[in-house]
Amino acid sequence: MGAVAVFLETTDKSVRSTSLPALTAARELAKHHGGPVVAIVVGNGISGAAQDAARYADKVWTFDAPALKDPIAETWAPVLANAVKKLGATALVASATSTGKDVLPRAAALLEAGMASDITGVKGPKTFRRPTYAGNALTDVEVLTPIVVASVRQTEFAQAAPAASAGAVEAQDAGNVDPLGASFVSLHATKSVRPELTEAQVVVSGGRGMKTSENFKILEQLTDLLGGALGASRAAADAGLVPNDLQVGQTGKVVAPKLYIAVAISGAIQHLAGMKGSKVIVAINKDPEAPIFQVADYGLVANWEQAIPALIAEIKKIRS
Amino acid sequence: LKILVSCKRVPNPEQKLKFNSGAVDVSGASWQVNPFDEYAVETALRLTEKGKGGERSGEVVLVSIGPKDVGQQMRGLLAMGADRGILISGDDGTLDSDQVARTLRAVVEAEKPDLVVMGKQSVDGDSNQVGQLLAGYLGWPQATFLASIVLAADGKSATVTREVDAGVEEKKIPLPAVVTVDLRIIGKKAVRNAALAPDSAEWEDNQRYASLKGIMAAKKKEIKEVAAASLGVNAQPLVKTLHQEPPPARKAGVKVASVEELVAKLHTEAKVL
Repeated sequence: MGAVAVFLETTDKSVRSTSLPALTAARELAKHHGGPVVAIVVGNGISGAAQDAARYADKVWTFDAPALKDPIAETWAPVLANAVKKLGATALVASATSTGKDVLPRAAALLEAGMASDITGVKGPKTFRRPTYAGNALTDVEVLTPIVVASVRQTEFAQAAPAASAGAVEAQDAGNVDPLGASFVSLHATKSVRPELTEAQVVVSGGRGMKTSENFKILEQLTDLLGGALGASRAAADAGLVPNDLQVGQTGKVVAPKLYIAVAISGAIQHLAGMKGSKVIVAINKDPEAPIFQVADYGLVANWEQAIPALIAEIKKIRS
Repeated sequence: LKILVSCKRVPNPEQKLKFNSGAVDVSGASWQVNPFDEYAVETALRLTEKGKGGERSGEVVLVSIGPKDVGQQMRGLLAMGADRGILISGDDGTLDSDQVARTLRAVVEAEKPDLVVMGKQSVDGDSNQVGQLLAGYLGWPQATFLASIVLAADGKSATVTREVDAGVEEKKIPLPAVVTVDLRIIGKKAVRNAALAPDSAEWEDNQRYASLKGIMAAKKKEIKEVAAASLGVNAQPLVKTLHQEPPPARKAGVKVASVEELVAKLHTEAKVL
């Protein structure tokens, strides 16, 4: 078998930390495939990022062109597919970020390769474990095509560390890039001073029981005291209490922090799918029958109105 | 304006999953339409409407793959207002994403819609692939995870916003195209066809329910049954399911009586504070 290509998302200067778990998965897969790990970076003005990628991979192929500036699937998917063909790679992996989820299946179609989504484990050269049914079934799948494509659940693979020696960076020509008339207009990024939800050691999430956006401020206080990230249930996001990108669950972000604190969240199956992998789960809910208590290591039956200020005070006390 | 919407049935996600001989057992499942596919139907209907409850212009065609029973779920979507359905025979329990995408490609080539609207993922397989695969096979532009869509007055392009990890991305795509919808697409002002509906148009939050009139009308609407073999699709799966099992159960937790006890346990027992 051949090389393992790993698509890395980057800023101008460096590999995004969300892509580091894909490198770890690529290393595991390379043990089965026998070939090198080749990082693929795509964009415009990304020579710094390519150098950074070289710290992690055996080789870096960089596709750096004005026409590739924006992350659109119409241009990036063919670049990935062509790189895999030219390399003779037998695997293509990437983290299951929103970009990875958008681009990778399209690349798989162009390669006529089978794809396993959101893998949580590598079991062989072509076999993977992945969650299905909102994490209520663990499914082992075998990809039957000569080339395998897989997106990687970030929380299930460690962040890769730099290798002992840096790989070579090779600039590649993307050739004719056709966006098929599609264009990226703008990104309205949610500004946050807090760590990324998917990478935070502590996540504090609020549910619809928080009632108003104003009430989330006290959760922000708790979040900042713990140096964590703020999350929310789908019900809270749907009700407009918080921006949708805070949503944790089957259809939102998957998190696995050391400490997850669920406040006024009942614990719908689709929410549990996004946080069940957390090391320690704390649930605070006034309803003793709330399903969230079934997955919580520590449950406190209480109104958040009383419990959260008390919790903030108590944490400050033990820290002083 | 002709819009093709894919739909599939899923076991009720609130029901506890059963397992039998290393596989999920859906024999006793109660079936429903995949929630994201209902949102896709709502999106397509709004794109053919002059406003909430207003006149319609255009056609919404449903397509599903599965046994005849799936006709029940399709009938419900026809009752919401979709115009007709195509049901392709197949075992929806074993198809992989690629087989679905290849089959849909054949339907797109026969129906020639201006737009394909799909749910971003099914809540059973959770693969989140079919829309992207279909767009790739067709060589059409794609816009996944839509929070909103406005179809231009000339009907030649769409401006969309997409749910991405960092926030919301705006993208413009020419038609024909494939789009997949996320949760917020069913907001009041998330969907509009500028050729039909004014800027001020708004709908109810959430997908519509079928009215009694809609249910009666749906009985007369066509669901055309098509044999998969007649589409001439290479039906070899690319991904095979080997084994399924429930995840390990979390160790039973404890209830604490007070905030003080909670903090003490997190500090000294769990050592996370």
